[in-house]
Parts: sequence; structure tokens; C-alpha cells
Amino acid sequence: MKTKTALFLAGAAVLATFGPALAEDKPKIEVLTSWTSGGEAAALGVLKSEFEKRGGEWKDSSIAGFGAADAAFQNRIVAGNPPGSHQIVIGLPLVDFAKQGLMSPIDEVAKAGKWDQVLAKSVYDLISYDGKAYLAPTGAHGESWVFYRKDIFAKVGITDEPQTWDDFFVALDKLKAAGILPVAWGGQAWQEAKVFNMILLSQVGIDGFLKIYVDKDKSEASLKGIEKTLEILGRLRGYVDEGAPGRNWNDATAMVITGKAGVQFMGDWAKGEFTVAGLEAGKDYGCMLAPQSDGMVYVADSFSFPKLADGGATPAQKLLAEVVMDPKVQIDFALKKGAIPMRSDVDKSSLDVCAQKGLALMSAGKIVPDQAIILTPQQAGALSDFVDEFWSNASEGSAAGVEAFYGIFK
Amino acid sequence: MPSTRRRPIAATAALAPTWVVVAVVYVGTMIWSISMSFTDSTLFPSSNYVGFAQYAKLFTTPKWLAALRNEVVFGTLYVSGCLVLGFLLAAALDRRVRFESVFRTIFLYPYAMSFVVTGLIWQWMLNPTLGIQANVRALGWDGFLFNWIVDRDMAIYTIVIAGIWQGAGLVMVMVLAGMRGISAEQWKAALIDGIPVWRIYASIVLPQLRASLTAAGMILAMGVIKTYDLVVAMTGGGPGNATEVPAKFIMDNLFQRQNLGLAAAGATVLVLTVIVVVVPIRYALHVRGARRSAAQ
Repeated sequence: MKTKTALFLAGAAVLATFGPALAEDKPKIEVLTSWTSGGEAAALGVLKSEFEKRGGEWKDSSIAGFGAADAAFQNRIVAGNPPGSHQIVIGLPLVDFAKQGLMSPIDEVAKAGKWDQVLAKSVYDLISYDGKAYLAPTGAHGESWVFYRKDIFAKVGITDEPQTWDDFFVALDKLKAAGILPVAWGGQAWQEAKVFNMILLSQVGIDGFLKIYVDKDKSEASLKGIEKTLEILGRLRGYVDEGAPGRNWNDATAMVITGKAGVQFMGDWAKGEFTVAGLEAGKDYGCMLAPQSDGMVYVADSFSFPKLADGGATPAQKLLAEVVMDPKVQIDFALKKGAIPMRSDVDKSSLDVCAQKGLALMSAGKIVPDQAIILTPQQAGALSDFVDEFWSNASEGSAAGVEAFYGIFK
Repeated sequence: MPSTRRRPIAATAALAPTWVVVAVVYVGTMIWSISMSFTDSTLFPSSNYVGFAQYAKLFTTPKWLAALRNEVVFGTLYVSGCLVLGFLLAAALDRRVRFESVFRTIFLYPYAMSFVVTGLIWQWMLNPTLGIQANVRALGWDGFLFNWIVDRDMAIYTIVIAGIWQGAGLVMVMVLAGMRGISAEQWKAALIDGIPVWRIYASIVLPQLRASLTAAGMILAMGVIKTYDLVVAMTGGGPGNATEVPAKFIMDNLFQRQNLGLAAAGATVLVLTVIVVVVPIRYALHVRGARRSAAQ
């Protein structure tokens, strides 16, 4: 019995010594993402085939649903059995893990690839912790978009994209008068929070936006901006249908596609639905920034690299980081996923007009991060609660709402 | 005294694994959860003691307070509604109707199906632009209004309706079994005395069904605490906080908002509520049982 145990231990020790050496022959990585829908899976496939082309071995452990994938990842990392890479939103979500020493930095790869020069400064800061790069960003999504069908706008007599909120409401009234539901509203808290953010950006500007979320600024200008945001949001209540509560974003997009509704506020992933329906960006449907916006709210995904062994990132993890940031891969990935490439030096000719607009804003630094990037999950959840409660409670005034807004930081 | 006689060793040994499981899995995790509620744990368990701060935060969170209110409304109406409807269904079937087993299956079927599936169908039916309201209007009754599910004040009642639809069948089966246990002699005697049927049910049958009704009530009450799929499938807690329930609040904080401490505090409050409700009932039943066995 004893000898057997000893043999077993010896065998394990031998494996432990040679195991990593063997693995180095063919870098192997297990990847956990939530990208399982058509376009998402195709985008992930771009990374996979490039990774395999460079001699790696890829194991996909993706789980449908961002929340479910996140929960699975948390369970695994707490249990000490993390995957080689996990899809994560850049910014604050990294901090908890990095602080606990559960992530490996990929600083060498970032330095070799001059990431600090090809990424916007604000993005580079958000993939770093304590001065070291930890995340390989895959692509960004603009979230300040208003989607509409060009022929419907023309039919009801809206000739130009409205530049101010007042014009915007005039346009909505025209749609209403023509018997078209003005706004396809997705009545779920996370969607409503995105609309809140795009209006807020249009009212307080890029600096004001960051001041409110990062510094929790309570100056007169900020308070006024939030109040006006809530006013505009409240006005929108009169332009939605009663089937809105609980509606999925893609159902709302379908209402715009079929001409039942005029506009939808959504992130650029909605383009995927238009494409499937055979509509072309800039020709059949338009994407405009929310009125009066001088920038764009964005969210960006990345790959994180959980610590698998002492001594930093494994060769497979480094290889994946290189693949993700490859200029060609960035473009192919963005095309498949409807995203905006993170690198500013890519060939943008193959992107559609919406993505080109987004990329121009990103390169110019005219972007603000969405709540998933700058708020803790608790605060981001509280923000959704706040907006949802304000939206569904028509009797709540915007002045009272301002006070409630700052409750999300508690 | 028979009750103090020692149990055979074999029985003790056979029960030992169960006791270990109970101690480690149930009691152990419960103690762990309660201890987590006194820490500032977020994504990872932390041992940083913060006293009752999580509870203070919990009871200033509008969503949690709304969830508790909804739980009371839902729990009261759901349990009483299921018991009343289940009893009426059982009484109807007890009249020896034709095709009894067919009806029994139909009424029990909702309980056998996952609510994630049936909840979606409820959601479609209740959705004012797709379901009942839209269809009745299409038939020509333009003013027809049935938009409870999107109405903040009424949404919780749609959850109650769907819940009763699901739970009443279970009560029916349990009560029907109880009714069949009542001897035919009692019925004959009562009918000879000229007592109306409804009166027989109210004054003779009902009192004898206490055991089945208590059991059914207990199962339903536990269902109330666990209510999660019902709400997620139908409304997702909305509009606003209108149909939020504590179990959903806890799950959201645990898995989406990385707020372990707050979720643990919520879970602890739920456990305490259960204890506060169940212990007096158990005690009363125990006292009554002891009294009865003393009288015999």
C-alpha cells in the first residue's frame, strides 16, 4: 500500500517536472467566453483559427449568457481551477482579480507590440493595473446609437438627422402622427440604463460624464445635467407602447426593421439584426449618435489571463494575447461581431459607416466608458435599478430623481 | 418508558452518514452564509468583520424592501388561493364526476411542468400587445383593457394568478386523497338527516382534512420562499421593482453584482423569517399532539 502511494507520488512529481516542458511544445489554452450566438461565435472563430495557425491548441469552454459565463468563471477561479483565458469587460472588473494576485500580467507582449501607441490612452489605462498590462482587448461597442430606417424617416418627412433633443422630439411627433410607434423601447433595466447614459453624455459632455461617474461630483453643473437627463428620459415615456416592459433588445430591433417603430436606442450589436434582415448600414438604415452628443459611450471586451502557474503568463496565454491584438485579426473579429477595432492603425475601408464613425471617435479620444467599465458590479446594478425605477414610475419628478441617483455610489 | 429506550447500534450506524451530511452540508453552509453576512465580502469571501453594516444597507435598499412587500402579498394570496381553489376542485371531483382521472391529470399537469417553460407562455398571453388584450381587441372590442403585467400596481397579481394556476392541482390531489379517506357512513348519515351538501363539506369534511391541508399549506409556503423561476420567466422583477422577490434579489447580488455579503445578509433574513413563521406553528402542533395523546 505504502509503496503504491510512493510510486504514485513519484509519478506525479515526474509529471509535474516534465508536464510544463511537454506543454510548451504545443501551447494549449482553454478559453471561457459568453460568445455563443451566431455573430459572436463566428468572431470567436477568427481568434481560434489564427491561434491554431500559429501552432496552438484551442479548447472552447464558452457558456451562453454573460451572467452565466461570469458565474462559472468565478466558481472556477475560487476553486483554484481557472481556464487559460476568460472574456471580461475592461476596467474595474479586472481590479478585484488583479488585487488578489489571481491574474498574470502580459506586459512583455504589450511592450513588444507597442500597445500603448496603437491603443487610445484611456483604453490602455483600463487594461492595466498597477502599471502593467493585464488584458488583451478584442473590440469595442459604441452604445450611443439611435437606429432608424431611412425610408421610414423619409416617408414621414424627416429629412435630416435631428441634431438637438427638441428636433428629435419633433421627429418623434411626426412618426406618431403618421401612425408609427415612435420609439421601440426595450423595457429591461440594462437597456434603460444605456439610454440614460447616452442622454447624460449629451447633457454634460465627456468631462462632465467622467466627473460624475469617477469623482462622484456633485457640483451645480452635474446636478443640473442629471436633472435635464431625467427630464428628457421622462419625456420619452410618452413615445413608447405598453408592451415595452421586459422587451428584449432584439425584439425592439425587429420592430424598427419591420417598420412598426421609428427609432431604437441601442449599442452597435443591433446592426447584426439589420444585417440578417438584409438591410445595409448607411443605405437602408441609419445610425446617428444621440442628439447633442460630442462623443460616444463605449464598452470593450478583452481577454484576461488567470494565473495558472508561478512565473507569469504561460506561452499559450502570451500567444493568445498576440493573436488578439494582431491588426488583421482585429479587423476580421470586428467585422464578424459588428464591433469597432481597438487599434487605431487598422485598415478601416472594410468597416461599415457606423463602425467607421465609431472608430473615428475612438481615435480622437471622444469616448466615455460605460458603467460596466467604471463602476463596480454593485454600483452598476444600483444604476440599473435607479433608472428602471425612475422610468417605470411616471409620478417621480426629475428633481427627486437627482438625489436618488447619487444613492448608487453608496 | 418506551421513548427513552436506546436505539440499536445498527440503526445509529446507519443514520450516522445522514447526520454528518446534515451537520456539514445544511448546518455548516448555513453558518458559513450567516458569518459571510457580517463581512464586507464582494466577489471573494473576505474575513473583514463589518458588524451589521450589510443589514443596514439591505434595509435601506428600495429593491429589497419592495421584494419583502411583494413576498407578503404574493405569499398570502398564493397560499390561500391555492388552498381554496384546490379544495373546490377536489370537492368537485369528489362528486364522482365522469372522466375524473382525465380532469385530475389536467389539473395536476401544471405542477409537473417547469415554470421556465409555462412562464414564457403566461408572459405572452399577458403581454398587452401580443396576448389576450390584443386578441380581444382584434375581435372588435376596442376598449378592452388587460394590461396588468405592465402595470406597476397590478403586476404582482399576475404572478399570483400564474402561481395559483400551477399550485392548485397539487392541493387538489392531496385534499382529494383526504376526502376519499372519509367513510361513506358519515355521508349516508348526514344525507339521511337532510343536511345540504355544501354544509356537509363545510362542517363535516373540512374539519377532517386538517392534516392534508396543513401539509399542502406547508409545501406551498416553502414554495413562496423559493419563488424565483416564476418571476424571472414572467416579468424579470419588473416593471421597476413591482414584482421583485427576495430569492431573486439574493441570486442577482450573488452572481451578477458580485455582492456576496449583501446576498448573505438577505439569505439570513429569509431564514429568520422562515424560523419566525414555522417555529410557532410547529410548537402549537406539538403541544396539541401531546395533549391529544395524553387525553387518549
